[in-house]
Amino acid sequence: MTLLHLEHLTKRFGGLMAVNNVSFDVPAGSIVGLIGPNGAGKTTVFNLITGNYRADNGQIVFDGRPIGSLPTHRIVALGVARTFQTIRLFQKLTALENVLAGCHCRMKSGSIAAMFQPPWQRAEEARALDKALAELRFVKLENQAMNLAENLSYGNQRLLEVARALATEPRLIILDEPAGGMNDQETARLIDTIRQIQARGVTVLLIEHDMSLVMKACEKIVVLENGAKIAEGGPREIQANPRVIEAYLGTEEE
Amino acid sequence: MKNKRWIVYLVFTALLMASPAMLNRYWTDVLNVVGLYVMLALSLNIILGHCGMFHMGHAAFYAVGAYTTAILNTTCNLPVLWLMPVSGLLAGLFALVIARPIIHLRGDYLLIVTIGFVEIVRIALINNVFGITGGANGIFGIDRPTVFGMKIRTPAQFFYLIWFFVAVTIFLFHKLEHSRFGRALNYIREDDVAAAGSGIDTAHYKLIAFVIGAVWAGFCGTLFAAKMTIIAPESFNFWESVLLFMIVLLGGRGSIPGVILGTFLVIGLPELFRQFATARMLVFGAVMIGMMIFRPEGILPPQPRAYRLDGSAEPEEAA
Repeated sequence: MTLLHLEHLTKRFGGLMAVNNVSFDVPAGSIVGLIGPNGAGKTTVFNLITGNYRADNGQIVFDGRPIGSLPTHRIVALGVARTFQTIRLFQKLTALENVLAGCHCRMKSGSIAAMFQPPWQRAEEARALDKALAELRFVKLENQAMNLAENLSYGNQRLLEVARALATEPRLIILDEPAGGMNDQETARLIDTIRQIQARGVTVLLIEHDMSLVMKACEKIVVLENGAKIAEGGPREIQANPRVIEAYLGTEEE
Repeated sequence: MKNKRWIVYLVFTALLMASPAMLNRYWTDVLNVVGLYVMLALSLNIILGHCGMFHMGHAAFYAVGAYTTAILNTTCNLPVLWLMPVSGLLAGLFALVIARPIIHLRGDYLLIVTIGFVEIVRIALINNVFGITGGANGIFGIDRPTVFGMKIRTPAQFFYLIWFFVAVTIFLFHKLEHSRFGRALNYIREDDVAAAGSGIDTAHYKLIAFVIGAVWAGFCGTLFAAKMTIIAPESFNFWESVLLFMIVLLGGRGSIPGVILGTFLVIGLPELFRQFATARMLVFGAVMIGMMIFRPEGILPPQPRAYRLDGSAEPEEAA
């Protein structure tokens, strides 16, 4: 079953064709990698899926429903969560509150309930706090709960972003270079975490430059170059694909 | 640490509550003005401090509240304090209408537009729009407020009336801070792209922050009209908005104790140094510049919210 379906997706920035007629499917329950050289348009594809950009052309269908024209927060509410390539945590807030941000879209209480705090509002807050702590435990950051996000190590900040995304109770999580800036040990831990995310029934779509991570974790890989899709398939297929090798290593000049 | 802070708050509150008995009418009245500004600055704190929107036109909402009370009281003879909710509602409605189209503007752009709004409101009042604002002279003969049949007239009586509303404001805004709503505003202030990416409807929350701030400014307008019994457009000029903006930045964005301290410094201190006349503004300016360079987060920046991590989620009462 297809969870996310991209069809003829196109995005131009002035004269630059950032994403050119890209189509691919993300099967439910899978881990899909999106790779390509720098500037290939990978992050632009993510920004199109999450509603940060509007596509000039093409369709994005999530769970049978077109989401191309929805605002970001609605897309999140439907079950698509993301992390960012350049870490975008709420730096001056605690790790716990960063994760509570993810719980937001599954809560209801507004400003009036906040001022008068009826029992149902308190219960909702209690549930959100439990949930946030559980997600912190999931990425093994529970002992950092009351630390400010800016005081966490780089690798932990990346994990905190994952926890925040998971707190939205997504069905699809989109990770933009989750291993960026991580050492080998942290990357190994991240692969574990990604597999556990999958085991929770959440589909994973990720961009990554660390090929060992991509080849180990992903069941399906989509390769972009200059905004266009040049290959799609399993890790072995992709590693043997001459066009992919050419895109990454260049051709030999005679 | 936490207990120490509570002792400071308690001593401060006790001193403040006893102060009308110790101070003369002039100084009691200064405290009344401070009280009004505390309430106003706390309402701006929701918009500027918590949500991070550079709004320098808060006096416009204050004016709408004050004029609503003045007009309805002098024409329809409605009791002043009953007009408080009406004034708040109208100011909130006004905010909803003017903020809707500008809510997506960022930082300095929003700042300029809000400066424009406060000037438009003042000039509209001077020009006696709809013939109900009394032009440059304003409106006079507003009734004194009545509480349980007692007419409030002396500064000491006003002191307790105003500071009662300040206390209610602090109580409610403290709750507001420690909630899903308060957090959402902070997320938007820290990074609105990440906030939207976490599922927060940023435009909606910005708008609600504006409306809540405006409703409270409207309430303050009622108190101001009742206290002065005469209001004029010049009470709501651009400088008032600048003062409020300064209070929030100086005291600490998003911090209730900070905003209260900031108000005492910005509104109270100049009264102490009245004999130095214009030189005090010079010192004042220098202090502001120093603050922005050496302590940009304000004098008393907010403490991280406390949560009970044992599973029961009652946020602890730490202001």
